[in-house]
Amino acid sequence: MATLDLAGIRKSFGPVEVLHGVDLAVRDGEMIVIVGASGCGKSTLLRIVAGLESPSGGRVAIAGRDVTALEPAERDIAMVFQNYALYPHMTVAQNMGYGLKIRGLPRAEIERRVREAAALLGIEALLDRRPRQLSGGQRQRVAMGRAIVREPKLFLFDEPLSNLDAKLRVQMRAEIRRLQKRLGVTSLFVTHDQVEAMTLGDRLVVMHQGHAAQVATPMEVFERPADTYVAGFIGSPAMNFLSGRLAEGGRAVALGAGPLIRFADGPRPGQEGEPVTIGIRPEHVRPDPAGLALAIDLVEPLGSETVVHGRLPGGEALVVKLAGAAPRDGALAVALPPEALHVFRAEDGKRLDP
Amino acid sequence: MERKTVFKGRLLPYLLVAPQLLITIVFFFWPAGQAVWFAFLRQDAFGIRTSFVGLENFQDLFADPLYLETLRNTLVFAAGVSCIALGTALLLAVMADRQIRGAGLYRTLLVWPYAIAPAIAAVLWIFLFHPQIGMLGRALNGAGIPFDYKLNGNQAMLVVILAAAWKQVSYNFIFFLAGLQSIPKSVLEAAAIDGARPAYRFWTVTFPLLSPTTFFLLVVNLVYAFFETFGVIDALTKGGPGRATETLIYRAYIDGRVNLDLGMSSAQSVVLMLVVILLTAVQFRFIERRVHY
Repeated sequence: MATLDLAGIRKSFGPVEVLHGVDLAVRDGEMIVIVGASGCGKSTLLRIVAGLESPSGGRVAIAGRDVTALEPAERDIAMVFQNYALYPHMTVAQNMGYGLKIRGLPRAEIERRVREAAALLGIEALLDRRPRQLSGGQRQRVAMGRAIVREPKLFLFDEPLSNLDAKLRVQMRAEIRRLQKRLGVTSLFVTHDQVEAMTLGDRLVVMHQGHAAQVATPMEVFERPADTYVAGFIGSPAMNFLSGRLAEGGRAVALGAGPLIRFADGPRPGQEGEPVTIGIRPEHVRPDPAGLALAIDLVEPLGSETVVHGRLPGGEALVVKLAGAAPRDGALAVALPPEALHVFRAEDGKRLDP
Repeated sequence: MERKTVFKGRLLPYLLVAPQLLITIVFFFWPAGQAVWFAFLRQDAFGIRTSFVGLENFQDLFADPLYLETLRNTLVFAAGVSCIALGTALLLAVMADRQIRGAGLYRTLLVWPYAIAPAIAAVLWIFLFHPQIGMLGRALNGAGIPFDYKLNGNQAMLVVILAAAWKQVSYNFIFFLAGLQSIPKSVLEAAAIDGARPAYRFWTVTFPLLSPTTFFLLVVNLVYAFFETFGVIDALTKGGPGRATETLIYRAYIDGRVNLDLGMSSAQSVVLMLVVILLTAVQFRFIERRVHY
C-alpha cells in the first residue's frame, strides 16, 4: 500500500509529444480511473508508471520513493493487461506463482499464497489448467490473481475488461471494485468506457490530447465538468451545447436560439456580449408547453425512457431525454431550467463559475 | 473457417491433382521403388548377371565395421550441424528481434547464405581454412597451431560441420525470428513486471514459447545434415581424409557411382529412407500432441 505521485510527466515519440506534463497525486488505497478517448495518452501514462516506457520528462514516485529511473521489476507493482498476458505454457498456479518464485519465496509459502488468492477469486478448481483451457472471464480472474499474490504497492489495470462480453464485464467490474476495497491497494485503472470510470473510481482523471483535463470525483466530474470536452465525454447521451452571449452584466445568457435565461447561481465574470457555450444534459431538459419549439427528427425509445433528437428554432441540435414514452406528434416544446445550465467560455471551452 | 468446394463432375478434381501426383510418382515413388528393388539384388562386376539375394545386402552392410564407422561420423556430423546452426540462429534472431537501427538490412543480410549453392559455400570455406591459401588456416599455422583439415580427420570434421551449419543458419534464423515475433509483447512485459530479469525471462518465457519452432527446426536440421550436405562434403573433403568425414549419404554415393555396387548402395538408400520416415513421423506425432499455445 502506498501513495503515487506524478509530477510533470511528459512523453514524446520522436517529434510527437503525446503527454504534455501530467500531474497527479494518488492517496494511499485510492482507486483512480484514467479515462479518455483512444489516443489521448492514457495507456502511455500507465506504462510510464509501470516502467515499461520511460518518460521524456517528469518524475514518478511510489510511496515517496523516486522510481523514475527504475526497471519495472524494482517498482513493486502489478499490472493486469487487456489481453491478460498469461504465460501460455504454465498452469494457472505457475502463472500466479511466477513472481513469487523469482523473489525466492519457499515453495510452501508460494503454494499457500496462490491458494489464498485463488480462493478469493473462486478459481481454486482451475489451478492445474493452462490458460488456453479457460474462458475469458476465468483468464481475467487468473490475471487478477497473479497481481494480488504478489501483494504489491500498486495495482495497474490496462483496460482489463474490454475483451469480455457485456454481461461479464458488469460482473467483473463489481468484483474488481470489491476486491480493491477489501485489499485496500492503491490502484490505477485505465479505460475508455465512461460507465466503468464512473462506477469504479474514487476519483477520475479525464485525459484529453495528452493533458489531464480534469481530476475529480465521478460526481464532481458529472456535475461540474471543467471544460466542454469533459462535459461532452461523460454522460450518455452526451451533453447539449448551445451558443450564446453573456447579457445583463453576466447575470444572464442570450441564447442564439432566442430566449434570455438568467443564471440561477449568480453572475459570470466576463464582458457584456462575450460569446459563451451553454451546456445542458439531455435528462435536464424539461418538456414545457410554454417553452421553445423543438422540431423532432429522430425518436429513440429505450423502454423506461425516450431520447428525442431535434432542432431548435435557430437550427441548433438538441437532444432531450424524456421519462416515459415519446410525444405522439412531430413537435415538442421544451424549457431549459436555469439551475441545470453549465457555462463555458466559447474561446477555450473552460468552465465559467460565478 | 474451412470452405469445402463441391465439384459437379468426377473428372475435374482428378485432373487438378494430376500434375502434382505425376511429379511425385515420376520423381519420388518410381526411383524409391527401384532403390527398394535393387536393395534385394546383386550384380556381378561387369553388370552382366543380376541375381536376387534377399536380405544379404543388408546383412553385409551391418556386418561392415566401416559402415558402422560411417554411421558414427554421421551422428557426430548431424549433432554438430544441428547444435551450431540452431544455437547461432537463435542468438542472431534474438538480437534482430530487438528494436535496432538498420534491423531490416541486418535481417536481409542474414538470409543471404541460404541462397548460396553448396559448392560455392564450400569454396568460401576453403578460402578460410585451407592451410596454404586460407586466411584462418594460415593464421592458425602461423600462430603455431598445426592446422590442416586435409590431413587431420577431426579438423576436417570440424570444417565440414561449420560449412554445413553456416548454410543452415539463415533458414533457422527466419523461423526463429518469426517465432519470436509471434510471442505477444505483453506476456514479456508481464514477466518484467513480475520481476524477471532479461536472461531469466528468456529461459522461462521466451524459450518455452519457442519450443514448437525449435523442435520443428531440429527435425529439419537433422534431415538436412543427413541428406542434403552431400555437396558441401564433396567439395570440401570428398569424405576424407581416410573416411573421417564420410557420412551415410556420401557413402551411398561412393558405393553406387564410384564402386558401381548398385545393390549395396540401394540398401543404404533404403536405410536412409527409413530414417527420414522415422524423423518425419516423430515430428508429426509431436506436433499433433502439443505445442499449440
